[in-house]
Amino acid sequence: MSTTKPKKTESIVPIGPFHPLQEEPELFRLHVEGETVVDVDVDIGWNHRGIEKLAEDRTWDQVTFLIERICGICSTSHPIAYVQAVEDCVGGVEVPERALYIRTFIAEMERLHSHLLWVGLAGHFLGYNTVFMWGWKYREPVLDIFEEVTGNRNHYAMMKPGGVRRDMDEAMFPSIHQRLDELWKKLELLAGAVIDDPVLHARLKGIGILTKQDAIDYCALGPTSRASGVPSDIRRNHPYAAYDRLDWEVITAKTGDVYDKAIVRVLECFESIKICKQCLDNMPKGEIDAKIKEVPPGEGIGHAEAPRGETFHYVRSDGTNSPIRHKVRAPTFMNLPTCKATVVGESITDATIILASIDPCYCCTERVAVIDADTEKTLMTGKDLVRLSQEKTRRIRKELGQ
Amino acid sequence: MNREQVLEQVQNTLGDRIKNLFVKNPRRVYFDVDPGDVVEVTRIIHKDLGARFCIASGMEMERDFEILYHFGFESEPPEGVLVSARVHLDKDKPAVDSITPGVPAAAWIEREMHELLGIEFRNHPDMRPLLLAEDWPADVCPLRRGKPWEGKVDRRI
Repeated sequence: MSTTKPKKTESIVPIGPFHPLQEEPELFRLHVEGETVVDVDVDIGWNHRGIEKLAEDRTWDQVTFLIERICGICSTSHPIAYVQAVEDCVGGVEVPERALYIRTFIAEMERLHSHLLWVGLAGHFLGYNTVFMWGWKYREPVLDIFEEVTGNRNHYAMMKPGGVRRDMDEAMFPSIHQRLDELWKKLELLAGAVIDDPVLHARLKGIGILTKQDAIDYCALGPTSRASGVPSDIRRNHPYAAYDRLDWEVITAKTGDVYDKAIVRVLECFESIKICKQCLDNMPKGEIDAKIKEVPPGEGIGHAEAPRGETFHYVRSDGTNSPIRHKVRAPTFMNLPTCKATVVGESITDATIILASIDPCYCCTERVAVIDADTEKTLMTGKDLVRLSQEKTRRIRKELGQ
Repeated sequence: MNREQVLEQVQNTLGDRIKNLFVKNPRRVYFDVDPGDVVEVTRIIHKDLGARFCIASGMEMERDFEILYHFGFESEPPEGVLVSARVHLDKDKPAVDSITPGVPAAAWIEREMHELLGIEFRNHPDMRPLLLAEDWPADVCPLRRGKPWEGKVDRRI
């Protein structure tokens, strides 16, 4: 529902909830005057699964697998944040060095494939299907490496409180090195094509600007804030895993327009390759698991830099084998409201790419609401739905006086 | 600022509005505030001390409701600190002032806590449901303990 009643000169253009330009259901209501967007209203909640509530019924180990299902694209950033929250709750856990390096490697490979996926989609939104094909083609070798290392292209199930579940085989390292080197060369071509293209400049520069102050006020995260000149990066500011032992740069830009957001992501791919290669080179030998026995009563916070920004997990323990509260905050939850600052005043033709420029991940944002098994039985039978529907019709009729 | 300086600054600025300060480790700090102070305290942390509002997490406990407001201090990498301010709310009628005047980024999470936990946020600019369906019954709060919808669903359909 819209907060403001449109003025007579305004029209409302809905994008979504199911729209060919969106990979996931979401409803944006654009209030437009002529071709200018004067207000935007976001309606989320089409993808509820109730994961926070479900987590209260799972054991500490099971929750790791549950929250991996929050998102298929950043399926390791949530587990990293969660296992760190559990380790924080237990206190004094010494995660073995080798496990920290493996965590870092997996997380950066994930950033690489996620950014490439976004670059492809952004190209597609703009009608640059070559970029789409390139981006997704170069993403394939990354997924292949994932399959070799973890056994799966997505949902790697590598994290566990206290360490990682699987070791990496040193025999694979030369081949991974070689493929990352090839990817580097191809990415240079892609980056060159994006950075030097005059049409992209004309299309993306100066639109959808998120100013530095807005980025701070909205508490924007990840590439969305870094493109506006806020050097906020959990990997640097709150070091975890092995990031503080490696050599890499936090990529920032200045103006915060769509072009800058794209460039930040493209350049971050190179940093990710650098980090991955250093992980392989410097990975120490040894244990991969601190073998946590139990989680004492208390609370813990874990956060990690997902491809889209900080993923934040809070867990509360009462000493039993499952959390009594598990709060999940995905980066899009903070980034999505920035569309108020970026879309308003722009042309409707630019709205899609601006809305896409934060790389929204809806299924992460909407993990909260709950359908209990019991309720489902009562509420969601076809008969009840028909009754609900009839009641609504009656109510509307009454409101309209018919 | 390093971690000690951040903590010192928070303590000096907020003074005796901080209760039960608990430094869990150098990177995690928790303290309680009175529900009446929460708007002022969060505004000072976010606007004056420049911390980033991470999120708020509400939960129902045995005797009361709790909200933790999490802030990230990241002025000097890599010395980041997470500071969490906790308020305790009445079990029967949980209500607190909205912190959106000082921390606009909290608008969505307060809407979420309102519908999922049934906590009332006074002076919130836009208290529509965020995640649940428009016709979801207002007094059924999914993240409350037990099975609060028992016996209610039939009455409504």
